[in-house]
Amino acid sequence: MHDIIVGAFWKALQMIFSGNGEVYATVYRSLYVTGLGTLLSCSWSIPIATVLGLYSFRGKWFIKGIFSSLIGVPTVALGLLLYLFMSHSGEFGFLHLLYTLNGIAIGESILVTPLIVSFTASALGAADVQLRDLAKTLGASGLRCNLAIMRETVWSMVLAVSAAFNRGFGELGIAMIVGGNLLGETRVLTTSIALETNLGDFDIAMAYAIILMAIVLTITLVINLVERIRQEEMPWKK
Amino acid sequence: MEVRLQNVEKSYGSVKVLKDINLEILGAKTIVLLGTNGAGKTTLLRIIAGLDERDKGSILLDGKDADERELRQIATLVFQKTVMFNTSVYGNLAYGLKIRGKEDGEIKEGIARELHTVGLRNFEKRKARKTSGGEQQRIALARAFLLNPQILLLDEPTANLDPYSATIIERAIMGKKGKGIVILATHNLSQAKRLADAVVHIYEGKIVEIADPEEFFNNPRSEMTRKFINGELDY
Repeated sequence: MHDIIVGAFWKALQMIFSGNGEVYATVYRSLYVTGLGTLLSCSWSIPIATVLGLYSFRGKWFIKGIFSSLIGVPTVALGLLLYLFMSHSGEFGFLHLLYTLNGIAIGESILVTPLIVSFTASALGAADVQLRDLAKTLGASGLRCNLAIMRETVWSMVLAVSAAFNRGFGELGIAMIVGGNLLGETRVLTTSIALETNLGDFDIAMAYAIILMAIVLTITLVINLVERIRQEEMPWKK
Repeated sequence: MEVRLQNVEKSYGSVKVLKDINLEILGAKTIVLLGTNGAGKTTLLRIIAGLDERDKGSILLDGKDADERELRQIATLVFQKTVMFNTSVYGNLAYGLKIRGKEDGEIKEGIARELHTVGLRNFEKRKARKTSGGEQQRIALARAFLLNPQILLLDEPTANLDPYSATIIERAIMGKKGKGIVILATHNLSQAKRLADAVVHIYEGKIVEIADPEEFFNNPRSEMTRKFINGELDY
């Protein structure tokens, strides 16, 4: 086992520095579908979260509960549902999204929506009530109050979006079922891992897994570092 | 400006926090609210600030009944527990002025002036939340002063502060005397004597005495007030 992991690390480095076009393309496709999917999701998730976090209305808690429960939706189930909608005989077959990167992106945007909505709404709801009072007593009303609260919780939103990105980046079900894992077309890191594992090429599969985890870790570490710099808590100053 | 509170009442759930409050403030006066914890001082300040809705009664500004939005336009409240935006001292102080459409030059000049008033010169670039409790209270005061509200409301502005910070804040408040209505809630009897044009004693949500400081402390009409001054009133 130890040998496989060590071998996989070397394999991963080899694949990265060998100039293998397909490796780079696979990484690019992964970043593309998840980046696009996360961006798309933000366009509707953040407004929904704002309403859920900052306003009171009947049924709010029920709606929040629905979104929370959908965070853990199995990606294969969602992938299957989307396949049925996007197939030639499906309602959205005319869009020709099946077996395309954009199809995967749309699937991942739906996948991460509950996560962004739930985390962001919680952050906004938990914002100090006195912040709203402060904004009001300084002359802000309505939208300006909400903007003040959103500004104070923007970092929580960034963390929610980065968590969503990581969820999308590591998912397999949608990429496999909606994308089809087509070589040179829709093959991404997760489907490559699944394929290589099925073929018995564990070192290549492990190498792809290491690349995937390295990207996720790098993004997370960069975000943490930016937050620490923002808070002026640079470790080298201690 | 003339402010008249008529039959103002406020309940939170089944608890009536303010009962039949009647108060008249004519002109630029400093009114000090005294009372035990839970007497209703903060609630009264919040209602005058337009942050909470009164259940009954009216608040007349120069004879005209004002709603919460109108009250927020002319009154600013400095909270007992300081609240700072997660930005610089400059950003905190500029917030209200930017909403009012002030020019950058005017904002910069005003901030420098009010920071000097509260003894925090050159504090503009500091992170507001990283300053001490006393400094934050002074920043909050400067932030309110900058807006030049017609009614300035202060909820225990020197509670839990060191004597130096408390002195600076009191001096700053004294500097604003006669320039607008100031309503200040405090437990500090000596502070009330120093600052007040009129003292209001609130007990269990009701006003039990209103008098000038001389009369209030030397010859209170109400038995409750006498007990309060002597420290005999149960909290």
